[in-house]
Amino acid sequence: MSDLADLTIAQASAGLRAREFNAVDLLDAVERRAAITEAHLHAYLTLDREGSRNAAEAADIALVGGDPRPLLGIPIALKDNMVTKGVETTASSQILAGWKPPYDGTAVRRLKDAGAVIVGKTNLDEFAMGSSTENSAYGPSRNPWNTDTVPGGSSGGSAAAVAVGSALGAFGSDTGGSIRQPASLTGTVGAKPTYGLVSRYGLIAFASSLDQIGPLARTVPDAAMLLEAVVGWDRMDTTSYHGDVPAISRSLDVGVTGLRIGVITELTGEAFDSQVTEATNATIDRLSDAGAEVVEISLPAIEYALSAYYLIAPAECSANLARFEGVRYGLRVDGSTTEEMMARTRAEGFGPEVTRRILLGTYALSAGYYDAFYGQAQRVRTLIRDDFTTAYGRVDVLVSPTSPTTAFEIGSKTEDPLTMYFADICTIATNLAGDPAISVPVGLDDRGRPIGFQIMAPALGEEVMFRVAAEVERLVDFTARPRLATSEVVAP
Amino acid sequence: MPVEIDIERVAHLARIALTDDEMAAYGKQLVHILEHAERVQALPTDGVEPTSHPLPMVNAFRSDEVTDPLSRDDALAGAPDVEDGYFRVPKILDE
Amino acid sequence: MTEWEAVIGLETHVELQTKSKMFCGCPVDFGDEPNTAVCPVCLALPGALPVPNREAIEGILSIGDALNCTLTEDSLFYRKNYFYPDLPKNYQISQYTFPLCVDGHLDVDVDGESTTVGITRVHMEEDTGKSTHVGESGRIHGAEHTLLDFNRAGVPLVEVVTEPDIRSPEQARAYGMELQRIVRALGVSDARLEEGSMRFDANISIRPVGSEELGTRSEVKNVNSLRSMQRAIAYEITRQIEVLESGGSIHLETRHWDEAKGVTKPGRTKEDSADYRYFQDPDLLPLHIDDAWRERVRDRRPKLPAAKRARYRELGADERAADLLTDAGDLGGLFESAVAEGADARTVAIWLTGEVVAYLRREETEVGETSLTASSLARLAEMTTGGDLSATAAKEVLAGVLAGEGNPRDVAEARDLLQISDVNAIEAEVDAVLEQHPQALEKLREGDPKPIGFLVGQVMRATGGKADPRMVQDLIRKKTQE
Ligand SMILES: [Mg+2]
Ligand SMILES: [Zn+2]
Repeated sequence: MSDLADLTIAQASAGLRAREFNAVDLLDAVERRAAITEAHLHAYLTLDREGSRNAAEAADIALVGGDPRPLLGIPIALKDNMVTKGVETTASSQILAGWKPPYDGTAVRRLKDAGAVIVGKTNLDEFAMGSSTENSAYGPSRNPWNTDTVPGGSSGGSAAAVAVGSALGAFGSDTGGSIRQPASLTGTVGAKPTYGLVSRYGLIAFASSLDQIGPLARTVPDAAMLLEAVVGWDRMDTTSYHGDVPAISRSLDVGVTGLRIGVITELTGEAFDSQVTEATNATIDRLSDAGAEVVEISLPAIEYALSAYYLIAPAECSANLARFEGVRYGLRVDGSTTEEMMARTRAEGFGPEVTRRILLGTYALSAGYYDAFYGQAQRVRTLIRDDFTTAYGRVDVLVSPTSPTTAFEIGSKTEDPLTMYFADICTIATNLAGDPAISVPVGLDDRGRPIGFQIMAPALGEEVMFRVAAEVERLVDFTARPRLATSEVVAP
Repeated sequence: MPVEIDIERVAHLARIALTDDEMAAYGKQLVHILEHAERVQALPTDGVEPTSHPLPMVNAFRSDEVTDPLSRDDALAGAPDVEDGYFRVPKILDE
Repeated sequence: MTEWEAVIGLETHVELQTKSKMFCGCPVDFGDEPNTAVCPVCLALPGALPVPNREAIEGILSIGDALNCTLTEDSLFYRKNYFYPDLPKNYQISQYTFPLCVDGHLDVDVDGESTTVGITRVHMEEDTGKSTHVGESGRIHGAEHTLLDFNRAGVPLVEVVTEPDIRSPEQARAYGMELQRIVRALGVSDARLEEGSMRFDANISIRPVGSEELGTRSEVKNVNSLRSMQRAIAYEITRQIEVLESGGSIHLETRHWDEAKGVTKPGRTKEDSADYRYFQDPDLLPLHIDDAWRERVRDRRPKLPAAKRARYRELGADERAADLLTDAGDLGGLFESAVAEGADARTVAIWLTGEVVAYLRREETEVGETSLTASSLARLAEMTTGGDLSATAAKEVLAGVLAGEGNPRDVAEARDLLQISDVNAIEAEVDAVLEQHPQALEKLREGDPKPIGFLVGQVMRATGGKADPRMVQDLIRKKTQE
């Protein structure tokens, strides 16, 4: 490949160090790619041309001095719910239009400290609520494999950008599958780390007890490298994990011999695309052939995960999003009283899905319903965690499809919220449990749409999770690229 | 448990000014979603402790030290309306 | 006629005087410039997260400990959801189930009668910003718009909730004073009602004496002194009695005290009752207060007002003086030291709570800034009981000592206030006076005690007030028996 935008992070990092090209060249290539693909995809909301240029130039100076930081000069994209100082941050909501934060979130600061070049901010479902990136106030993103289909969501912009090379890597956030499901639908790798491994400070909250920042990349080692740059305790987030971080990339080459892999029996069946199920089974067979011991595992409470999630996440979001009311920042719609101003601002500023979830959460928490809904959901959460804990007593990792279907047509699931919610059926349980999970591409369906394979591990089990993911990547050798990522495509 | 929602009250609690049509539509959708969510009630949870945090951690504090606040310009930069260093809002209804 | 009994419970908010706010590093001690002590956290910018201030937690535990509470082993933070423009997140981080401290009590005295007020809970909260209503009236009614300053937003706040154990406005006030003394003694707050660092809400209901049922209560807010709390409660009790006796009924409502008019007024009636949708704050970890931590709090507990007061009484101060000394910080310590050096407690207590307090107030100074020490007090007391100084002269000497004129003896000498203690010299004056007033002497001898005052006065006049009046009296008695 001759275009620098097609390099993996590992290749680019090596090339920069070998002086084959410099960081500004790399940024130029990525921006050229964006100039072509953005008209088709709308992966980005904001391209920070000045900031990225400055960072690339600074990286080049540091590279000359032999600076060893692995992400130095690597162009990456950030989901627009990650707060970036001085760069518009909207979470794809009208209510935050034009907001330029006076601070950087912790993960953002760590990436800057690592020398990464932040190309821009990517599109998402408004406040990360959705599974298709159609719920963006600024228009949907599209899937580079087929622009009539969605890239998944809510980190759809980040996934699309990585898939086409308008960033070499990206970060998203995952509350119920929002990194893994778009990774699955775009043929990229996406990981949700253990809850608490990455600071949430500066991540615009959707559901605080579920949200985690994580990487999207073209390869498993790239995803590991990105994740390593942001993990670790942060004094600004009391829910961040205060212990030793797992050795994420230590065992990438070790293989799966001797590992026990559990196949979740509940995550298969009629509701799943047959081609998804086939690809999943084929991957499991390969893992078995490669030396893993495969067993079937039942997690009975997982059947209730979706229901519990759709009580817990809206409840938390109803409070988290209360701060958007037109007083201190963002949109204001005038009213004769402050109360009226707030209510009008929120009606105008929030899109339908966000409004729906705020109402749902408000109701679920209100007097008389708390215990039946929110309280019960939190107890179900305990049962789900217990199921996982029991399972991890028997196996090292659990596997399943990432998404029950491949990419679906834009507009095909927007009528009934429940059909859209079902897109997260495989991913939600690990958010409830707080465990890490990763999606790795394992093939294309007969319409040329990518299929993702999910690997789940116990809390802080990132090492074994990445180990299995890397082996899947080797075994499957998924090299297909979307047509949009090839140079013959031009802007319309 | 049949789901019945006083959507007007919920919208008021959430401070979202909805039209009557919107309220009717959201009301219906909420009932639909909650009927599905009610499945959680099928699971017996007697004696099960609720999980509020995925990791069982306790006690994270900061020590009582002052850090630099934002400059006032930064604090007010995003505000829709300001006056003399204050955030300005319309008159407030007495509680 | 029904006899009514008032049932009162108090909710008190106290701002803690930490250096930084409850959940961020912004300073608590901010100036008048609005929005200069704010950051992403206390301004509730998107993405910001709270981190609790350990010292604030300790402050709350120490208050709970001083109020004889159980310090909860496992405590939780909750979100209390309501929209109000001075509340940046539109939820307040507070506590709901499992507050930090529960089940305490505080004894309060009114006119020598002690009542135990149960403390339901002591919990953590954060303060709101401040609203200024701009318009002709300067009040919320009739305002054209409102200006918001978030400097105070996030200042640590403690809420102390009592059981409905209080029965009179006087008890409520005594409770308020005692709580104020305690938080001041703990050094966790200046607890000033005028400045809002201590704020009382009173839940008041009435019921026929002997009834066990609780009547419908009203909640009175906006009292900014202990005196106005007492007045507001008294007003509210009278109002409720009048309403009930004229056949009306009491509504569950919030009423605001109007200091100028001396009445409580209803707030806007709420169409819907409050629904705070409390739930455990997922941004904050549970608190675990282990035995060691609880012990540390207990070990650090300073001598509390009740203990001080008891000690001063035990040393010999009367009730009023003991109260005054307890409230007057440094003076209590001076009192104890002077008594330890042998001074008569009653005498020293009277001086300290009289002349000394008046002097300090007049001169706007602290006792530490004067030359008054425990030993000078002890010497002065000695001179008085030993007959070197009259009570009046002693006060004059005290003024001299406070003004820095030297030690008591030097001051007494310089001001020529020492009493004549030479018995022979006084006896000579007594003899002279008795000679001049034979009828008076005669009456005394006949058993009529009346003339003694007159005769003592004559001798005092003759000695220029420097004779010890007791000695003069004794001498006259002796002469009448001769
Ligand atoms: Mg309170
Ligand atoms: Zn602050």
